[in-house]
Amino acid sequence: MNNAVIKVEKSGLSTSIQDLGRMGYQQYGMVVSGAMDPFALQVGNLLVGNERNAAGIEAVIMGPKLVFLKDTVIAICGADLSPQLDGKDIPMWKSFFVQKGQSLSFGQPKKGVYTYIAVAGGIDTPVVMGSRSTYVKAGIGGVNGRFLQKDDMLHSSDVKEKIRLRRLPDNLIPIYQSDQKIRVILGPDRDAFSQRTVETFLTGTYEITKQTDRMGMRLNGPKIQHVSKADIISDSIFLGTIQVPANGQPIILLADRQTTGGYTRIATVISVDVARVAQNLPGGKLQFEEISVQEAQALHIKQEKILRQLAVGARIY
Amino acid sequence: MFQIEPFGDCGIRVQLGNSISREINAKVRSLSWFLEKENIRGVLEWIPTYAAVSIYYEPYVITFEELKKQVESLEERLEKITLPPAYVIKIPVIYGGDAGPDLEHVATHNGLNMDEVIHIHTSSDYLIYMMGFTPGFPYLGGMSEKVATPRLKEPRLKIPVGSVGIAGSQTGVYPMETPGGWQIIGRTPVKLYEPMRNKPILLKAGNYIRFVQVTESEYKEIERQVEDNSYEVETVLYEGE
Repeated sequence: MNNAVIKVEKSGLSTSIQDLGRMGYQQYGMVVSGAMDPFALQVGNLLVGNERNAAGIEAVIMGPKLVFLKDTVIAICGADLSPQLDGKDIPMWKSFFVQKGQSLSFGQPKKGVYTYIAVAGGIDTPVVMGSRSTYVKAGIGGVNGRFLQKDDMLHSSDVKEKIRLRRLPDNLIPIYQSDQKIRVILGPDRDAFSQRTVETFLTGTYEITKQTDRMGMRLNGPKIQHVSKADIISDSIFLGTIQVPANGQPIILLADRQTTGGYTRIATVISVDVARVAQNLPGGKLQFEEISVQEAQALHIKQEKILRQLAVGARIY
Repeated sequence: MFQIEPFGDCGIRVQLGNSISREINAKVRSLSWFLEKENIRGVLEWIPTYAAVSIYYEPYVITFEELKKQVESLEERLEKITLPPAYVIKIPVIYGGDAGPDLEHVATHNGLNMDEVIHIHTSSDYLIYMMGFTPGFPYLGGMSEKVATPRLKEPRLKIPVGSVGIAGSQTGVYPMETPGGWQIIGRTPVKLYEPMRNKPILLKAGNYIRFVQVTESEYKEIERQVEDNSYEVETVLYEGE
């Protein structure tokens, strides 16, 4: 059976296969991984008629060059890395047909960092612990547990129904690298910091350093002083948790984070803002704003409704 | 102590104490067991640690207030719960030699000979307080202070999978090849983490580990069985101190 749909002509920078991650094993210390911008991947999947959790190709700043080995439908959602089909600019956040022999490439990165190429049927790689997500450190998921390389062949699962081409309404397209503040919920180690220090964190501007990857983002800005110590007895870390080690400079934990850690946690970025954090390049600046759980959950539910409505439109229930 | 607070907008954390102790960790285990049994709608998974349980949930299905109420109702029942028995998982270890380059140092440091270190190390059942750090890594408690040894001054760049080590008064097993500063005293052929295995992670918080010394030929035989997937770790019921 040869149903390869894509041949990798150029690997690009850290291109990998990702779905929504390896959930359910965190109590065993298993890293979750998954798309750095889960909203973009899910929209891409829904636009090509896939389930939300199907695996897609995550491109990072410098996208890959891919050749299609058969006719299919794709969508590109996430960062604007200037996607082109056979050298011609193509729109994002909408699905379109591609023909056997056509090639997809990327040009100048314009806005954001992570973009997703969703392919009808979803990219089919072996499922490891319930997920196809690549986790390079442990060498699992995706293609042999590594970033894509030249000459890799990617397969897709069969598509049963005819796909209707669709687009995401303009008003729902996220704006990356905006000046909007990153919203957080304080805690769980709020008490490790004085009120004044929390103010410093919430009013300061933090620059994203080069020590940034799928695991997390180290920031540099006004020092966040601890009341006494920076260490806690090992405890959980969530997606978007902001740790403050002894040097007083925050670290935001992202998709490839460890499940537990020993540094104080001043706050956690709300779920709908995690992608807005991840879509920033080193050198970018972040500011934080406290909101309530109720407000954050209202935003989460609003986003979830959008995805569910898109799924209904795609007749995926 | 039973303190509930939000952990971001998709998490809730229940703090059950402030220190590393068997009593507090037993509460962590009780709450985890409840979550496993109760199957609360919207709860996706949870992470038990030394003194807290953090729960991931889907706010579209259950809001913070709703889940908080449900978790609060568990507090009283926590005391009365009958926990399922804990197990002791026997981990075969070859001590010293190439597999345990620091065994001699651990012995000298503590004024013991190497056999005494092995005897002490294999004489306790170690409680798995929590899992974390890397996939399948157990945070163990209960090592005798008689073999406690500070970490290496210069961490090694590569510690082979299965290495058994001592760091201060902690002992542990490396599930993956990583850099590290532990005093390596032996190695097990058993894989704590094997993603393609039916049960990818061997250990679970709340159970115990017992190290069992094996000879080189026994080690090789177990290694062979691990490779063809026929090895089963010996597991016995935990019978207390």
